[in-house]
Formats: sequence, structure tokens, C-alpha cells
Amino acid sequence: MRPLVISHFATANPLGLGSVATLRGLVERRGALRRMDFHATPLETWIGRVEGLEEQPVAGRLAEFDCRNNRLAQAGLRQDGFEEAVARARSRYGANRIAVILGTSTSGIEHCERAYRERDANTGSLPPWFRERHTLNLFSVADFVQKYLGLQGPAATISTACSSSAKVFASAARMIEAGFADAAVVGGVDSLCLTTLYGFGSLELLSREPCRPCDAGRDGISIGEAAGFALLERPEPGSRGVALVGYGESSDAYHMSSPDPEGEGAYLAMRSALESAGIEPADVDYLNMHGTGTPANDRIEDRAIFRLFRESVVCSSTKGWTGHTLGAAGITEAIICALCLSAGLVPGSLNLERIDPTFSSRVAVAAESRDLRYVMSNSFGFGGSNCSLVFGQLA
Amino acid sequence: MSTLYLQSVGVLGPGLPDWPTTRRILSGEAPYDAQVEAQPNPMLLPPNERRRVPRLVRWTIAAAHEALIEASRDPADVAVVFTSSSGDGEIVHRLCEAAASPAREVSPTLFHNSVHNAPAGYWSIGAGSQQRSVALCGHDASFAVGLMEAVTLVCTEQVPVLLVACDLPFPEPLAALRPIGASFAVALLLSPVPCRQALACWQVSIGAGAEATAIPAALPATLATNPAAAALPLLAASTRDAAETVRLTYVGGQHLAVEVRRCH
Repeated sequence: MRPLVISHFATANPLGLGSVATLRGLVERRGALRRMDFHATPLETWIGRVEGLEEQPVAGRLAEFDCRNNRLAQAGLRQDGFEEAVARARSRYGANRIAVILGTSTSGIEHCERAYRERDANTGSLPPWFRERHTLNLFSVADFVQKYLGLQGPAATISTACSSSAKVFASAARMIEAGFADAAVVGGVDSLCLTTLYGFGSLELLSREPCRPCDAGRDGISIGEAAGFALLERPEPGSRGVALVGYGESSDAYHMSSPDPEGEGAYLAMRSALESAGIEPADVDYLNMHGTGTPANDRIEDRAIFRLFRESVVCSSTKGWTGHTLGAAGITEAIICALCLSAGLVPGSLNLERIDPTFSSRVAVAAESRDLRYVMSNSFGFGGSNCSLVFGQLA
Repeated sequence: MSTLYLQSVGVLGPGLPDWPTTRRILSGEAPYDAQVEAQPNPMLLPPNERRRVPRLVRWTIAAAHEALIEASRDPADVAVVFTSSSGDGEIVHRLCEAAASPAREVSPTLFHNSVHNAPAGYWSIGAGSQQRSVALCGHDASFAVGLMEAVTLVCTEQVPVLLVACDLPFPEPLAALRPIGASFAVALLLSPVPCRQALACWQVSIGAGAEATAIPAALPATLATNPAAAALPLLAASTRDAAETVRLTYVGGQHLAVEVRRCH
């Protein structure tokens, strides 16, 4: 693919609001997971929660979009000078030439969960305050962000479980390449809700402690919430900064919620991302794993990474810091990759005491400072939906 | 402006049991008969899975499979774009009921079937396909949003793409807020090159203003409440000899304009 410069990005995740707080959390090795305190539930697990959403409603002309997921989107849009950057792009390209492509797995289902608790005892009908289109519907988040940013171009929500906000980069790149847009706001938003907490609980995939990706004793995921956005543009002569240089997508064709034990789908996604970037495995200096912390996921990903890279690449999962932010994991970790590329940082792992002795790949435990040419980010989701992204520095 | 070719079609809806019947209705050769029931039989899936899978998956895979059989194409060879405005409303309803109940118990199968890409996931398993797939939503514009994704894939990657759109009525109490009057699924195999049996050539562009071509008058108005049925005006034009431009509701106050030309 032709590289696209990530001219601006913004993040709200459990490590904090904005890129500075995120990088500081990584560097200071300060995890953001806490004991489950979202609704009173008997679930014994840890979560990554974004502070302050309860006090920051979506108000004014877009008030009908108010729900936890769009509050989180709004919190993300307000970071890192992102709104201003999009406003400048809007005057440059025109509101109808900037696409908005966002990922989410559950959108505003938490709003619908609340509505179901207030059903009319006689008729069963939902309370009058419930707005399906502006909250529950998966398009709600893209619709909200498009209107918030004053854009009128192509828009879509991509919902492929935990690969959602990685795949948005691929779709946006194609849309720009095909000439339907000059720039794109990509990203993802997923917020805490009972559906995912109890759903992953039913699959016995929740860790009882802060998740420990790649650790020999790992026992599951910690669910997090996050919003992240990136502005993608065609580079100009002299453009500098981090760029999307490759993407790869594949399907496992194996099982709806268990990854293919051979890791073939993961391997195919990574390999086609390298092909799309026109680089060799040895060119990748850091790989941000999907690394959820379940025994099967990390084992299979290790196998696929080793098959493609042998020991040439250093890899780690940053979910020990943020938890698994599901449909927002792709963008959150893309932004972490961008921060690491700029800072020359391999963040290593958190909560990792003993690397699984069956692993073959080079898993980084401690942080390392080094020049990074290319980094890869993996995102794999239910339904066997895989996406790998490659980021690099524009010279 | 991007050009692609409609190679084959799969359809499932009330009175629209398959593409050959639907084509005759759309071209005016046969009357519409609402009594003919759609039989969503996902033959691509193993027999034990066919009954167990969610309704949305049955409808989607049945329509998708028809399009590929018609094109004599190996299902493992095509990328898949799945689009739906509301996903599986039955599953959303059951999840929200569970979340509102004291025990909050969710079945693991219900949860993994709840992902919007469940039809794409089951398709890849049934077809043995490791090709890329994506699942999208654009509310009322979901068909156009899926078409845009398919067009950009076909035109930039030069690969055949199976675009599948499906929406089903919600159960109550959600149905009161999101009325979808009829079930409908459509699958379109789109190709970057004009193969021998191509039905039509489409040129897709974005136009200003929220315009939309109405669904053919021969079809019942309840179908028009299904976002996936936005494909029908496009299919109707693809059966006619005269070239015409079909407009589809898109997002951001715009529409997609599709210039349709018959290939034969």
C-alpha cells in the first residue's frame, strides 16, 4: 500500500486521558487495572475503567446520543488537540472529503441494558428515554463522531469483535486509494457493559487478577474500555512522523470463539501485512501482540509469530496496563505503537513474572530504549477475524 | 467513480425465495406472490449446525451460498463484506434481558453468536475460507455502507467480493422502536473484471443530497422498511435493458449514485 501519515491521534484509555498520560503510564510501569467496581456484581475480576464519564454527558445539539459509549468517544475526541486538527483538515479538504470509519463491538448496549431494567411492568415496553438509533445501534458511534466533528463524508462502523478498530485502518486506506476520500478519521470506542463482562465470564475467560499476558500462570483477560482516534492523510513531500505502511487481514475458518490452534489465520494476517508494506520480517523491530492473557490466545499467537519472525522481532502485549479494550484494542494499541515509534521505546510487559516456558518468540519483559524502524500491531477477534497493521516512520 | 461487475445474486425474502424468481418479478415477467415463503437453508454449514445457528446466520449464509452456486465459484476464493443495520435483534433482546435479570446469566454460545461478524465467522468456517471478511453497520444506510466497502475492496485489491446484506425484524419490545417489517437477505458477487456471465456493470460515485430510488412498485411496502432491501432498486435496474442511475441512501446527507448498464 501507499503509506498514509497519521497526522494526529487522540486517546482516552484506563491509563488516562491523552497521549502524555498514556506514555507516562507505560514508561513508569503503572498499570491501570482495578478490582471490578462497575455496577454491583459478584464477578471476581479486574477492569480498566476511564475515569469521569459519569459526570460528562453528551450535551447540547448532540444530546440524544448521550450514553456511556458516546461519552467515552467524546472524552477521546477532546484529547491531544484532535478536534482542532480535524477542523484544519476540514477546511483544507472539505467536510465531505474526510471519511469517518470507527470500530466498536457493543456500541451503546449498556444504555439498552439500563432500559431493560426499567421495562413497564404491564406492557413490557421500554422507557421513553431510550433511543435505539442514537445509542444501541452500532452505527451510533460513527454517526455521533461524524456530527461532532462536523464532517459529511463517507462513514461506517466496523464491528468484527476485537479486531474492529484495527480493520478500520485497512478500510480507510482503501477508501482513500479508491478516491472516495482525501483523509479519514479512524478509530474505535468500546465501553464497559454487563453484556461483555458476563459474556466473557460465561466463557470462563476472565482473569481473577490483573491480566498477565505471556506469563506461565496467566488465567484470562481483564476487560477495559477506551476510545481512540487517528487522522490519516496522504503524505506530502517532506511529511514527517508515523505512518500506516501496511495491513493484512484473514479469517481463521475454525471456531466462533476459540482461535485456530495452529495459528494459521494469525500467520496469514501478519504475512500479508508485511507484503502490503513491502518489507521483510527482519525489518520489524517491535511487535505489539494481541496478547489477551488467556492461555490459548497467547500460546497460539506466540507460535504464529515464531513461525514468521523466528527470533528477529521483540514482542510484548500492553494489555497488562490497559486491559483488553475489545473493539477499541486495535486503535489503542496502534496509538501505543505510534508513541513507541516516536519515543524509541519497546514498552515490554506488565504483570509478567515468568515467561511461559513453552514460548519460542522473544518476549520483552522490561522496557528497552532503541531505534524502531517498523512496528507491527496484532488484533484478533471472535469469529476468527484477524488483522495486523504495520507502522513506520516517514523519513 | 469506480467500476465493477455484478456476477451473480442470491436473494431471500417473503415472496422472493431465490434469485431466478426475484429476477422475473423485478423484470415484470412474473407477478409477486407474498404466499411464497422464503426457506433459509444454510446448506453450506454442517448438518448439525444448520438448525443450531442463529436466524441471522441462516438467512445470510443461505443467500450468500445461492450467489456462489450461481457463479460456480469456490466459496473459499472470495472476500466477504457483511452488512446489517441491526444485527441479530433476537440475541440483543436475550442479552439485555439477561443483564436486567437478578442472576445475569448469559450462555457462552449466545455471547459468541452476539458479535456482529457472526455470519462472516460461520461463513468462513462453512466455506473453509481464510479470505478476509468484514462486518459493517450504517443504520438505515447499511446497504450503501456495505456497497461502498465492497466497491473499494474490488477496485483497490482487484479481488472478487461477496457483499451480503441482511436485516430481520426485532422482537418486542425493541420492535416498537425499530420497526423492520419483513425479513430480507441479499448476496451480490462483485468482480473487478467483466466475466462472461456478468449481469450488469455498475459505476459507483457519491452524490450530494439524501436521495433514494424507491423499491419497485410490484413489491410490498413492508419490504421497504428493511434496510437490506435497499438493494432491490439496484437489482431491478440490473435486469432492465436501458441504462439508468439508481440512487441509494448513504450517510452524511449524501447518496450513492450507481450507473447501471446491462452486460447482455
